[in-house]
Amino acid sequence: MTTLTKTEDTPAPTGPEAFLSVRDLRVRFSTEDGVVKAVDGLSFDVERGKTLGIVGESGSGKSVTNLAVLGLHNPQSSSVTGEILLDGKNLIAASEKEMERIRGNRAAMIFQDPLTALSPYYTVGRQLAEPFRKHTGASRKEAKARAIEMLTKVGIPQPALRFDDYPHQFSGGMRQRAMIAMSLMCNPDLLIADEPTTALDVTVQAQILDLLKDLQQEFGSAIIFITHDLGVIANMADDLLVMYAGRAVERGTVREVLQQPKHPYTWGLLSSMPRLGGDINEALMPIPGSPPSLLNPPSGCPFHPRCAFTEKVDGERCSGERPLLAEGRAAACHLTPEQKRTIFIDDIKPRLG
Amino acid sequence: MSENVTLPEQQGSSDGVRERRELLSVEGMAMHFPIYGGFPFKRQVGAVKAVDGIDLSVYEGESLGLVGESGCGKSTTGRMMTRLLEPTGGKITYRGQDITHAGRRQLAPIRSEIQMIFQDPYSSLNPRQTVGTIIKSPMEVNGVNPSGGRENRVRELLELVGLNPEHYNRFPHEFSGGQRQRIGVARALALQPKLIVADEPVSALDVSIQAQVVNLLQKVQREMGIAFVFIAHDLAIVRHFSERVAVMYLGKVVEVADRDSLYNRPRHPYTHALLSAVPEADVDSASKERIRLEGDVPSPVNPPSGCRFRTRCWKAQDKCATDEPPLVQISGNREGHLTACHFPEDPTTEKTGADIVLDPALAQLEKTADTE
Repeated sequence: MTTLTKTEDTPAPTGPEAFLSVRDLRVRFSTEDGVVKAVDGLSFDVERGKTLGIVGESGSGKSVTNLAVLGLHNPQSSSVTGEILLDGKNLIAASEKEMERIRGNRAAMIFQDPLTALSPYYTVGRQLAEPFRKHTGASRKEAKARAIEMLTKVGIPQPALRFDDYPHQFSGGMRQRAMIAMSLMCNPDLLIADEPTTALDVTVQAQILDLLKDLQQEFGSAIIFITHDLGVIANMADDLLVMYAGRAVERGTVREVLQQPKHPYTWGLLSSMPRLGGDINEALMPIPGSPPSLLNPPSGCPFHPRCAFTEKVDGERCSGERPLLAEGRAAACHLTPEQKRTIFIDDIKPRLG
Repeated sequence: MSENVTLPEQQGSSDGVRERRELLSVEGMAMHFPIYGGFPFKRQVGAVKAVDGIDLSVYEGESLGLVGESGCGKSTTGRMMTRLLEPTGGKITYRGQDITHAGRRQLAPIRSEIQMIFQDPYSSLNPRQTVGTIIKSPMEVNGVNPSGGRENRVRELLELVGLNPEHYNRFPHEFSGGQRQRIGVARALALQPKLIVADEPVSALDVSIQAQVVNLLQKVQREMGIAFVFIAHDLAIVRHFSERVAVMYLGKVVEVADRDSLYNRPRHPYTHALLSAVPEADVDSASKERIRLEGDVPSPVNPPSGCRFRTRCWKAQDKCATDEPPLVQISGNREGHLTACHFPEDPTTEKTGADIVLDPALAQLEKTADTE
């Protein structure tokens, strides 16, 4: 459907630090209506002890990417290609048995909605202890002691009593804390947090974010933090990947991307978000239109139907040619660096306040 | 409980809204949902005190924001204002008429003047009706016959909210979330209401779409002079939309003020905590105070005595457990800025001292990190 033939995203050299490195990842689902290209040629690296933030709208492929990292897609309805290297080991080629040893042990996940992610049928304590016993061969007693230790660490009051409670007896914030405790049971090297605070209130969200940051310092795990909230990202992440329609459109450190964004989509996200310190008389500048369907994504740059700056690019490049995302700090856009700088400084920055 | 929590006349004399007429006012409004239990005969064993005596006024053409965490009763308040729920206590007055316990017939003329926009654009539109039917039905129910016919009016409304009038015969499933919310807005506007209660109108939408709907609501509010009660948990959006903001906590209004006072000179510790918890998309926002509360909001079945916030408050003293603080204009507040607190904070959001960390796990982790 696109005019593109070569594979884009020239693989960035894998640094010695990169603990997880994803190269040219493609995830496809076949549905009745056709093939959904949920993730289309995505590459990124995460270092130990660092946090990679991934932002994007719903349907941009951020959750699908991370389910693929843990091998959680149904192989019958989906195809995952590319390379996912966890500490040098390719997870795409790994067997289900090997994946079982990694999941919950070396790599763990915190889900968005703790009420649906926790089983209502088992006590919280049992759900915490079971993977620990499976992975480490610990006894029931050791596992219980470890679970209570972790519950204490995440701030559940009276952890020894709460160990035997069911998830419905916990409040929303406590459930999310229990999820975090569960994911940290085996000291994972990689923690994937998929919108862990979206279902929570702001005051509880602030507690959970601080808790995650402090726990990361203590355990030194790499974190992939998925969210649609740029404010949360600014607080949590070191590096940032902006995703749109299954592709990465901008990459850089959080400071670079939030202070000197280079992609029109990132500009749109920043200027459509009201700020506590912003000018109230300045109208919000929304991104026109709505996110594209991944069944039939737009040709060329997937953002071009919603982009306000396509006429600044010569000819039909925006709709005809897919822009590439270079290595390191980069944005996948046909605008020249000079144009990007002037547009950002003249049109976008004044609105951000 | 509500005797000591009045002074609505002060709200009336506040700056900016002084000249305007009161459209809707509630006094000591309460909603206690009964809890039944026991076998074989079910008896009432308690009540969820969702809203427990609040006083608020909405003036003509203004936009009042209502913020708070989930479970604080802000949606219940909205539903009582539209009289979708009948309060169990207190009084609702709409343009001088007491509608607290008004019956169906008595409410009929008022229903068309108070409309509602719902949170979830997927469940608030009937999937079996076309967009035209959905927007037309309020006019049919109320017997409104605009000049040019109802169908014409529907097309005008569709155009007003930024949809193609030719989509008249389409069904809701053919639209995206943002477009559906626009249909909801068109339906609320069909009867030319005087007051719209918008219950979290954008929180179900994507970030880039939220701004589209907020801008639409703002346009509608300014051009048509409709009063809005804007219920949301996102403080930044409420600040953008509302001239006056009320903060709720566990069924009570703890602070109400004009936008500038509330966001720049908050007095109630809870408002401070809320504002400091909002994550900002700014990498160097270190000048703001950092307050981390402990745990979650207590259960409204058995709320704390006295001041409801005292269990999570860092300034709580014995007095807070025994006396409930009235919602009054405390010294140092501007006109119309009411706060319910015995020991209010300084009127600033700037960092004044050390961080306040009440969460035990956080405090523990940070202590160990410091000593290392």
